Amino acid sequence: MMRSRLWLAVACLLATMGSAVAQKQGGTLRVTHRDNPPSASVLEEATISTLMPFMAVFNNLVVFDPATRENRLDRVVPDLATSWALTDDDRTLTFQLRDGVKWHDGKPFTSADVKCTFDMLSGKVASKMRKNPHKTWWFNVKDIATDGDDKVVFHLNDPQPSIMALFAAGFSPIYPCHVPAAEMRTHPIGTGPFKFVEFKQNESIKLVRNPDYWKPGRPYLDAIEYTIIPNRATMLLAMATGKFDLTFTSDLTPELMKSLQEQAPETQCVLQPTGTQGNLLVNRERPPFDNEQIRRAMVLSIDRKAFSDILSRGIFDVGGVDLPPPEGRWGWSKEFMETVPGYGADVEKSRDEGRRIMKSLGYGPDNMLPLKVSTRNIPDYRDAAVILIDHLKSVYIQAELEPLDSSVWYARLARKDFSVGMNIQGISIDDPDATFFENYLCGSERNYTSYCNADLEKKFHEQSQMKDLDARRKLVWDIDKTLQMDAARPVVFHAKAATCWWPRVHGINIAMNTIYNHWRFEDVWLDQ
Amino acid sequence: MLDYILRRLALMVLTLFGVSVAIFLLLRIVPGNIADILFDSAGMIDPAEKQQITKDLGLDLPLVEQYARWIGGLAHGDLGYSYVSEKPVLDEILPRIPITARLAGLALLFAVCTGVPFGVISAVRQNSWLDYILRVFSLLFLSMPSFWLGLLVLMAFVNWFGILPIYDKAPPTWGAFALMLGVPAATVGLRSSALIMRLTRSSMLEVLRQDYVRTARSKGLSEGAVTFVHALRNAVLPVITTIGIETAFLFGGLIVTETVFNIPGVARFLVEAIRWRDYPMVQNLVMFIAVIVVMVNLIVDIAYMFVDPRIRLRA
Repeated sequence: MMRSRLWLAVACLLATMGSAVAQKQGGTLRVTHRDNPPSASVLEEATISTLMPFMAVFNNLVVFDPATRENRLDRVVPDLATSWALTDDDRTLTFQLRDGVKWHDGKPFTSADVKCTFDMLSGKVASKMRKNPHKTWWFNVKDIATDGDDKVVFHLNDPQPSIMALFAAGFSPIYPCHVPAAEMRTHPIGTGPFKFVEFKQNESIKLVRNPDYWKPGRPYLDAIEYTIIPNRATMLLAMATGKFDLTFTSDLTPELMKSLQEQAPETQCVLQPTGTQGNLLVNRERPPFDNEQIRRAMVLSIDRKAFSDILSRGIFDVGGVDLPPPEGRWGWSKEFMETVPGYGADVEKSRDEGRRIMKSLGYGPDNMLPLKVSTRNIPDYRDAAVILIDHLKSVYIQAELEPLDSSVWYARLARKDFSVGMNIQGISIDDPDATFFENYLCGSERNYTSYCNADLEKKFHEQSQMKDLDARRKLVWDIDKTLQMDAARPVVFHAKAATCWWPRVHGINIAMNTIYNHWRFEDVWLDQ
Repeated sequence: MLDYILRRLALMVLTLFGVSVAIFLLLRIVPGNIADILFDSAGMIDPAEKQQITKDLGLDLPLVEQYARWIGGLAHGDLGYSYVSEKPVLDEILPRIPITARLAGLALLFAVCTGVPFGVISAVRQNSWLDYILRVFSLLFLSMPSFWLGLLVLMAFVNWFGILPIYDKAPPTWGAFALMLGVPAATVGLRSSALIMRLTRSSMLEVLRQDYVRTARSKGLSEGAVTFVHALRNAVLPVITTIGIETAFLFGGLIVTETVFNIPGVARFLVEAIRWRDYPMVQNLVMFIAVIVVMVNLIVDIAYMFVDPRIRLRA
């Protein structure tokens, strides 16, 4: 035992020494990309398709320590802010900013840029941004003031311990005030380790090393090139032959990962939660789904284990709104989950209850409720929707699949033009302040089902102000349980997928509880 | 002869006018307001932007005026603006044209260079084992879907040679460049090749039984001269017609091949533009493809004159 520990310690030491001395400068990192990003503006999009390639162009005020695998509040480290301090009443947060930082166009970075970014994000000033999907994250920001060029002060309505996690999120980079929003969508300018070169629609994205990067010696790579390969079979073959160094994050299902490692056993892969969850959307403003009983019966029909088994051979997790443990910090424990209706092991019992409800409303085997399940016309969505349709039959609902092109799907979601939908949605930070406010706050842009519960909203704010983690977790679990029982947007599964790379790539550190971070590539180097 | 060419040119202009009207009207009778669709698919939320789109596209103008503006823009090289990529349509299309043109040209060349000789061989050696093999292969290639064939070809290259001939902006060697061009072209051209082969064979079989072929043989001409000078020249007319028609079908095959081989060409781009309801892009790309198809058919019509003196003389 003692000997094995000694070997382990020596191995760790050698690995650390190896990585400390062996970094090589230069080379182009070649990465596959799954589809065409809607734009290059990280603040305006909520998709990893934009975040992964363009995160390296920017910096945040603070970041989650890129050297650790878990994004959590106590691992927030400086980025453009060198330090920060809260006043005694926890309502004033002051950031001291890094000196001498320049935007990629040579202009100096100042506190005005920080103010301008967060004024825009919190909706305090009119901006030319087309979308602002994370506006609700900044619900608590009363105002922002600058104190000279190197200090910025955030005044909060209430104490909010988690706000530092929001500042550290991949979707919270600092934008330059002097660059119009339209230009940021096509030619982003940041302070980050890589400069934007070109974004060819449906073809490629190229970034090059920022020689004036404020972090000495970084980045190691000369350039990063993303090639858009929508066809997964082609992507897999290209990766297996070594044409690329790294796959797009979580682009490989467990089956595809296995296939790649059979073809190229040297490749390294990490299978992790993607931060995306499958959820059922029921438009509560459209009859008959304005009837709470029908929504409840629909929820009771869902066999979550079957979803996981069919879609991933049991690899997907089951849970509520927040990512389940061990990767997630706020998700339900197994014991608690058993107490939530519809999550118990006895699915038939739940379905009996669902059938009873539907019978009381006049439906039955000879009089099934007809409906359309709308979904995005890509395999991940379609497969889940087909399983849902099968489950709904068990409570006398005869559903028909309505596959929609991506553009139509998002437009219909935004207009709430659907009755029932099968959705897959990314949750970019493992923190209830992000999940609750983004998806369940009355009037939030991404609250697709228009769920609005004033009492629960008070609890959203209450948990947000709590410092005691255990007490907060307990309240978060209760809120989550209420959301599931209200069929606000019933969560069906938490997906997992793999990211793979060749051993010549060093310094990749994928967070275990999100795919929406750690893509700055400043510590990544190529051994070639 | 000049009269014939001028007549064909006039017909081409008339056809293009018809096509442009059809494209213009079809895009306007699909359900939904174009401004609404563009607004949603480009992810805009500010209603002022919707009004701007309506104004930019002239959707508030009468249909005839809208059409005239579009055609006028085309004539001046102004293809409009893509609201999804936020770039001029021309800037998006232009770099992709040479990529697709090269692929389509090579595919046609492959189809003709393999289809015609194999068709001739198959006809000359009618009912021999070689004829049977060629006919079986031609049927096989005709019935194989492009996407499946493309994937098979890629897998074969990976398994046998350890290389993947997909698109590369800067191929490392000339060999890689040749493979990158040749393999997708052969894949997309295989179907056309099979069709041309079958057509050449049947046409040759008919011609080889004609009196003038027998006369040529009796004059003591070599079998090669009889086959290629006397028979093939007369048998090739329907083949040329088919090449013109195949150009249109080729675009269908290109969409799939460009996707499988990850080639950033016009065909794949058109599918993406349709997916994102990028109307200015779709309208101009479809028009561009129509122009190519019509022009190829014009070239085919002109080629008739050189191959068949009867057409030349009649003209």
